[in-house]
Amino acid sequence: MARLAAPLDSLLVMPEQVTNKSKRKFNFFDSIEKPTEWFIRLCGWSSIIGIAAIFLFIFKEAAPMLPRLDWVTFFTSPRWIPNPAPGNPASFGALALLVGTFTTTFIALIIAVPVGLGAAVYISEFAKGKVKETLKVVIELLAAIPSIVWGFIGLMVLGPLIKTVFTAAPGSWWGQVMVTLHLASAETGAAQGTNLLTGGVILALMAVPVIVSLSEDALRAVPDSFREAALALGANPWETVRRVLFPAARNGLLAACMLGMGRAVGETMAVLLATGHNNRIPAALTDPVRTMTATIAAEMGETVFGDPHYRVLFILGIVLFAITCSINVASDLIIKGVKKANKA
Amino acid sequence: MKENPFASTQFERRKFRRANLNKWIMFSFCAALIIPLIAILVDIFVKAAPVISLDYLWLNPANKGKEGGLWAPLVGTFYLVIGSLTLVAPVGILAAIYLNEYAKEGILNRVIGIAVTSLAGVPSIVHGLFGLGAFVLVMLPAVNSVIGSPNDRASNWQAGLLTASLTVAVMNLPVIIASAREALGGVPQSFREACWNLGATRWQTIRTIVLPNSLSGILTGVILTISRAAGETAPILFTGVTFFKFVADAGWEKIFPYNPGEPFMAMSMHLNIISNQISQMPEGMKYGSAAVLIGLILFVNSFAIILRVWLRGRKRW
Repeated sequence: MARLAAPLDSLLVMPEQVTNKSKRKFNFFDSIEKPTEWFIRLCGWSSIIGIAAIFLFIFKEAAPMLPRLDWVTFFTSPRWIPNPAPGNPASFGALALLVGTFTTTFIALIIAVPVGLGAAVYISEFAKGKVKETLKVVIELLAAIPSIVWGFIGLMVLGPLIKTVFTAAPGSWWGQVMVTLHLASAETGAAQGTNLLTGGVILALMAVPVIVSLSEDALRAVPDSFREAALALGANPWETVRRVLFPAARNGLLAACMLGMGRAVGETMAVLLATGHNNRIPAALTDPVRTMTATIAAEMGETVFGDPHYRVLFILGIVLFAITCSINVASDLIIKGVKKANKA
Repeated sequence: MKENPFASTQFERRKFRRANLNKWIMFSFCAALIIPLIAILVDIFVKAAPVISLDYLWLNPANKGKEGGLWAPLVGTFYLVIGSLTLVAPVGILAAIYLNEYAKEGILNRVIGIAVTSLAGVPSIVHGLFGLGAFVLVMLPAVNSVIGSPNDRASNWQAGLLTASLTVAVMNLPVIIASAREALGGVPQSFREACWNLGATRWQTIRTIVLPNSLSGILTGVILTISRAAGETAPILFTGVTFFKFVADAGWEKIFPYNPGEPFMAMSMHLNIISNQISQMPEGMKYGSAAVLIGLILFVNSFAIILRVWLRGRKRW
């Protein structure tokens, strides 16, 4: 108590010091508190304004075409003929584009989900010290590489490699295997290096960092007491992961995979360069495909402002926007569900 | 000799072996990410080595990029990054301050959170469409009706650095909000409480305690935004980038080649066009511009990594 006496004494404030406002030093930054707070509030709403503006402006450009578009054709026909020619009437059938987007995404997820979850578990539960730091930095570098560079890698490095692997002499056993297993549609193998498989692998490499970093967050959010309890019951590390951590972090891991999928669906430049850009429904793994995003990127520059083709590309944008937004909102709800459960 | 009563049983040994095997499988997944990545990067840099020199960075591209260097696209990317960063950094950081320091738990906060995640998930090409619809088709005519003259078409602003910067800024908004929010959230609540107890207002607390303590974290986020803005292609595709624009070879005009209202060149667009749209492009030029773009991104990112390590070393809580 004696030690407290002196500081308490010095804290005593005389009444005249409090009331004497003229002596207080003027500070510019303090004087702008109220306007600053309102400005901060406005900036806080910026993301809502942004998402509303995106929806509004894309909708505005697409609107005149919405009632005129043949929606049945749009979703069921693979005939995408934006520039009519004699004997070849214009038709906006986006089925092949939708199939292209979802097949590449599917292949990407088949690769990225196990690899991403495995890497996340290794980094968060097994790796230690330098190894852990290095792995985290590498994952970050993977995330930092721009999509156009991934496209370049698909076009120049991975594509030729895949073409070499999926090439066979006619009549050889490998050609027959490829045709039987739908790895290639011809016995000679893949016609070109840029195809469904190349695009899928490239998208997988792009989705992995998303899945790893979010899954790692989800695993880290599991309280250590869970791990200690499992250890006390005699579980080895792998049993802890499988029986304790996976169930506890289930929702977070699911959300991570969904956001990885969102990234794969919305990717543009990489698939533009790496999938071969061929408007047809793929029959085999190494057929070239074309995605919605790549179609917008490739064709928007050729359109005339205001014509149906231009507006249909905006409708493709709305479809993409709707898909990715529902993926994101759903994963957000899943993650929030976890937080509520942990609080209870 | 008596049997060791504590020896693991056959069953336990089998389980242990399986656990070990699974650990190695997971490690091999990590290796499966790292080894191809390094192999690909080495491959690109080796094939790019013959063309890379200081001249390659300093000269303007000539003959559709088949000859010359990369100066014009490099400087375009630089101005794009600067432009989008000055637009997005203040707004994003203030938004993070609002979300972390002011917003109360409630419906509005929840809606903002969902808006940030949705905005982060919007495909880059959709951002490009938005930039075209909002900035090029609506904002530019409005700007021109104020500053331009209807008789002189040439003086009007076109899609260019300004519209592209705005589009990239909107795209990077959620990135910077998320990273700044994380940095602000890292400041312990007790710091704020101590400051409030001394009689400081909320704004004084933010200004004198919260921001200085989270500055390095916020900077890391800003650096990551730079590397993202430098590599983006799809959002600027319809909002101002062009494959070729004449840039002076010497003088001040080489340093400041672009007006905000003129189309500009960018590294990502340059790589896009020369890698698959121009026939008989020398391989070296393709790999060279890819290597320069990758090198640029890695260079910027290494700053973020160094900053983070340094930050962890001097953390006081």
